[in-house]
Amino acid sequence: MTAALALTDVTVSFGGGRGLAYTAVSDTTLHVAEGEFLSVVGPTGCGKSTLLNLAAGLLAPTQGQVEVLGTALRGINRRAGYLFQSDSLMPWRSARDNVAAGPEFAGQSRAAAREAADAWLDRVGLRGHGAKYPHQMSGGMRKRAQLAQTLVLDPPILLMDEPFSALDVQTRLMMENELLALWQGATPRKSVLFITHDLEEAISLSDRVVVLSAGPATRPIAEFPIDLPRPRDVAEIRMTPRFQELQERIWSVLRDEVLKAYQAWRAA
Amino acid sequence: MITSARLGIGLLLLGLWQVGSVTGVLSPLFFGRPERIAAVIGDWFGTGDIWPHLFVTISETLMAFASGTVAGVLAGLWLGLSPRTQAVLDPYIKAANAMPRVILAPIFAMWFGLGMASKVALGFTLVFFIVFFNVLQGVREVSPTVLNATRMLGASRKQLLRHVYLPAALSWVFSSLHVSVGMAFVGAVIAEYLGSARGVGYLILQAEGVFDVDTVFAGIVVLTGCALVLDAGVSVAENRLLVWQPRADTPRDT
Repeated sequence: MTAALALTDVTVSFGGGRGLAYTAVSDTTLHVAEGEFLSVVGPTGCGKSTLLNLAAGLLAPTQGQVEVLGTALRGINRRAGYLFQSDSLMPWRSARDNVAAGPEFAGQSRAAAREAADAWLDRVGLRGHGAKYPHQMSGGMRKRAQLAQTLVLDPPILLMDEPFSALDVQTRLMMENELLALWQGATPRKSVLFITHDLEEAISLSDRVVVLSAGPATRPIAEFPIDLPRPRDVAEIRMTPRFQELQERIWSVLRDEVLKAYQAWRAA
Repeated sequence: MITSARLGIGLLLLGLWQVGSVTGVLSPLFFGRPERIAAVIGDWFGTGDIWPHLFVTISETLMAFASGTVAGVLAGLWLGLSPRTQAVLDPYIKAANAMPRVILAPIFAMWFGLGMASKVALGFTLVFFIVFFNVLQGVREVSPTVLNATRMLGASRKQLLRHVYLPAALSWVFSSLHVSVGMAFVGAVIAEYLGSARGVGYLILQAEGVFDVDTVFAGIVVLTGCALVLDAGVSVAENRLLVWQPRADTPRDT
């Protein structure tokens, strides 16, 4: 089976040519299988977002290759939806018109795009809020709108960059559960590359967790299959002994990297 | 309370002016007399003599505003999206903006004659730079996240321009609308004052020539009223066009 997303031996350096090159990611190989929910955890500032931008085609690797569903990626990754950490909605468009944007860009009529948008607003729990502008919505509502905006295009691959990190704990758990429900309800399942620094979130959502080393020159140093049963409730699964066992094992690896990142930050 | 205080101040000032001019403390030759000024204005609107002049001044204002805005948006988008060209042209743009453009009025009068064209040209040079710099700023400050997100949604370069850069730039244009409409008006009136055959600025110029200070003041009052009406119009347009922008008084769901 071909991987949905394959980063093979990729290296990303910035500002090369003057001897001041900063290597964000080094010799990294990361494969996401079709239908797999893969989380990548690592200390803050370790180049996690760089990996996502590579997969999205927003950034080209200095070395190595990126393949999407078996084809080399050139330019923007049209098979992927990207859920950003910060606000990415167009502030001049209402929630509904934001969700309708993708279908509109693809050439659908305004009416058809709006109909699709309304259906997705319903599914993410924003029924009746379509006329609101982003500044009139709460952080949680904006996240839901972003989710609808991405999913309305039905991309086979989902790239998520700490999407829920700005939300309060309750909203966050709720959004995580809804994300899992949407993911499990879709056939075929989407391949997800989920970036986070929150280990609990990574374990409770994923099929597999990859740990990155501290930056610079980040690379994966360990990976753990998550054999927790599905469907899961992200809050309840955290109470199970298996979850805690996994968490201890992954944390023992992650802790050293977090410490390194912290010391590097203190030295700087 | 506030309204009556406002009215009170106005009446007090008018009263002092009237008393001063009647008693001779304020020379009517230089300061006019409020009741004569009112009479001139009443006469203008009573006979309808003012309308052709007002029409000319307002037409010039609107044409200068429209042409300056369109050109400013286009130039701002162009240079905003090609930083190299902008870097090359930067000193010229700065010089053109630093120049006291009112002084171009005589040149425009020579080039375009004493008709409306020379007034529109002066207003254009005033409006253009305000809009241009705002659009440039708007393009520079487009959120990279919104830009990337929109690209990920499949927007082509043309769609990015239409759906991201243009709205972002226009929000800056709208926020400077009060200033640019005001500048278009200033450009029209100044150019009329410096040489014309019609318009409220021309009326003021004529009256000044015969030392008719009452008519000069009457012209100023009419122009002020006109500017207030334009400004109110801008506020209405703003409220309709910028519904998406956060304001202090908009409710927010939690």
